[in-house]
Amino acid sequence: MRNISNKKLIKIALVGQPNVGKSMLINSISNSRLKVGNFSGVTVEKTQIEFEYKDYLFKITDLPGSYALNEYTIEEKVTKDYLEDANYDIILNVLDSTNLERNLYLTSELLALDKKMVLALNMNDEAINEGIIIDETQLSKIIGKPCIKTSAKNKTGITDLIETLVSKFESSKFESKLIFSDVIEEEISNIIKLLTDKRYKSDVNYREIAIKLLKEDKKTFLKFHEEPIWIELQPLLNYALDHIYLHFGTKNLEDIFEDEKFAFAKGAVTETVKNKKIIEEKTLTDKIDSLLIHKFFGLPIFLFLMWGLFQITFELGNIPMDIIDTFFASLIDSTKEILGDNEISSVIADGAIAGVGAVVLFLPNIVILFLGIALLETTGYMSRVAFLLDGFFHRFGLHGKSFIPLVTGFGCSVPAYMAARTLKNDRDRLLTLFIIGFMSCGARLPIYVLFTGAFFGGENAGNILFLIYIGGAILGLIAAKVLKMTVFKSEDEPFVMEMPKYRMPSTKLIWHTVSNQAWMYLKKAGTYILAASILIWFASNYPKHLEYEEQIDKKIEFASSEEERFELKSQLVLYNLENSYLGKVGKFSEPLFAPLGFDWKMTIALETGLAAKEIVVSTLGILYGLGDELDENSEGLIEKIRNNIPFASGIAFIVFVMIYLPCLAASMVFAREAGGWKYLVYLFVFTTLTAWILSFIAYNIAKVLIV
Amino acid sequence: MFLSELEKGECGKIIKINSDSVLKARFSSFGITKGSIAYLVEETLSKNTIEIRIKNTKIALRISEAKTIEVEKSECEI
Repeated sequence: MRNISNKKLIKIALVGQPNVGKSMLINSISNSRLKVGNFSGVTVEKTQIEFEYKDYLFKITDLPGSYALNEYTIEEKVTKDYLEDANYDIILNVLDSTNLERNLYLTSELLALDKKMVLALNMNDEAINEGIIIDETQLSKIIGKPCIKTSAKNKTGITDLIETLVSKFESSKFESKLIFSDVIEEEISNIIKLLTDKRYKSDVNYREIAIKLLKEDKKTFLKFHEEPIWIELQPLLNYALDHIYLHFGTKNLEDIFEDEKFAFAKGAVTETVKNKKIIEEKTLTDKIDSLLIHKFFGLPIFLFLMWGLFQITFELGNIPMDIIDTFFASLIDSTKEILGDNEISSVIADGAIAGVGAVVLFLPNIVILFLGIALLETTGYMSRVAFLLDGFFHRFGLHGKSFIPLVTGFGCSVPAYMAARTLKNDRDRLLTLFIIGFMSCGARLPIYVLFTGAFFGGENAGNILFLIYIGGAILGLIAAKVLKMTVFKSEDEPFVMEMPKYRMPSTKLIWHTVSNQAWMYLKKAGTYILAASILIWFASNYPKHLEYEEQIDKKIEFASSEEERFELKSQLVLYNLENSYLGKVGKFSEPLFAPLGFDWKMTIALETGLAAKEIVVSTLGILYGLGDELDENSEGLIEKIRNNIPFASGIAFIVFVMIYLPCLAASMVFAREAGGWKYLVYLFVFTTLTAWILSFIAYNIAKVLIV
Repeated sequence: MFLSELEKGECGKIIKINSDSVLKARFSSFGITKGSIAYLVEETLSKNTIEIRIKNTKIALRISEAKTIEVEKSECEI
């Protein structure tokens, strides 16, 4: 196969258990020639990397880390499907030299696929430090595949590895050497004999077919069911299985093959690995762990670290915010200056730039939050926290790992939905996605500040604010419990998790992760927000009422005082808004919200809030007649809110804002992450209904309290 | 006795695993297999979750899962 640049194409599938340094190895292999493209599936991503070496073009597909080739998690399913069905030349199996036996378990499964394969015994540096000596020549002989010692960290063995891949590519394939016990080998050769005699046509190697049949692999059985050979195959299989059952004393095939795999891994390790230091003192990981997952100190330390992360996110993130804010404000002004006062300049400046600017504004916070989370993840601390919190979360039907997306949700729901990918079980992930919205995001803060400021004294406002956030989180947990008992009724996902060694993350990897995620945030949220902003702008500016405008303009000309003119202008803005598409929708849907004590203006504010929560404040500002250059700190708006909105309605409004959909960008990401638009409909119905009911209760309680 | 009954710092040799095949496969890919020796590293305050170590691998699991693993007390290798 030759591509345009006349280089031979080598397609490689990169497989390994989690935490073996796969990503780091890929970084060292391809060095600066890295070209990364994301193929996003529904939930998990495989990454493809291309680079050139001598006369070859390498195309490496980095598959999600898998402990085994079963379908326990979505990631493992992706890996399994790819390895079985996709078109590639060589499997590159990465192993952790310090944990060879467990890693060889996966290797034994890979061997069953009977493909060209090269083993990278990674983390060789750590193995040397721990006194582990591996005889890789002997291991190559046992497995029948070349084994290369590498260290992604020190970049040793990399060239050797690439050369081996090349020579493997150029040489013909040997027969797979995964050898089972005599009983199973005998039955495998019986099946192969039948297939050979019948000259059965297949792309797949006979041995692999035989192994799959003995393992009762569903796909293989389905395929054979429709073939004439089935008639002869069936009695042979029956006999073979009976023989195996008899020998192993169990009818559980999975158990039998598990034992086989383990025997293989154990055997290989006893023959090739020597451990110099027999009695080791406590490792560094043990020492750190004895503090971080301590029975009493573990949780407080975690809470402190989380608190620190949030402090940094908001404190540090706010510094560049002003600069970005000023930049966009001046951009809007200059756009209007250049294009003049017309519709096009308005849609670009007030619609597009303002909307996109609002998203970019939060970029510093997002980057810091992502950086913190990437650090937590790559150092190995995340799994410790999942361990600490699993008991508490489990009571609410959530999984220990749910905490990551939930905590992220306090910052912004968009990355939070993406963070939910760490959850393996589909239902647990959906459940977590459904309650992320209950964690009040940063964009709701302006609304809370406005309303608490209006209805509670300055000294109480802070406490109320804190109460809102905590209240939202508690509501979320309760909602999780309710959903778990009703909709997401399922067997609990077992909590079995590896606690990886603590490792210093490489700056390159962290940079890569953070910059990639930041870019995705900008791109995705940016495009959706852009569309939404233009839509909102259009809906609030059209249809035009030229006659009325002329009338007012004339009045303004004849107006005697500045005050009167201002009054007239506000009147015009109000009229235009009330009769715009947005206004009509507000009036139309007003009855729906009347039981909550909302007037049409509040209704509209809520509806525009579906696009982005920041819009709620400016909508209220426009509607209560102050023009649109308002923020939560302007004394005037707070006054207006206090005078125009009854206390009970205000409380109900806060409750509603706490619960209903975060924003358009988040909704889009939610639909994507949950795997379908129907889930967005469910989420909309669920949150809106909950918001309405709780808001109704809050309204009535507040009314009673006030009387 | 079961893995869930081990005290912190004790070791147990796994003699039988009673969970369903999916979980069992998961266990074995972590090295939780018949004959392995598990060392109990830590338990949470509520005793809902435990951390064990087998060979070089540390694994966290819920008590409910630990109850499916039968062990007999043994000397610690490490």
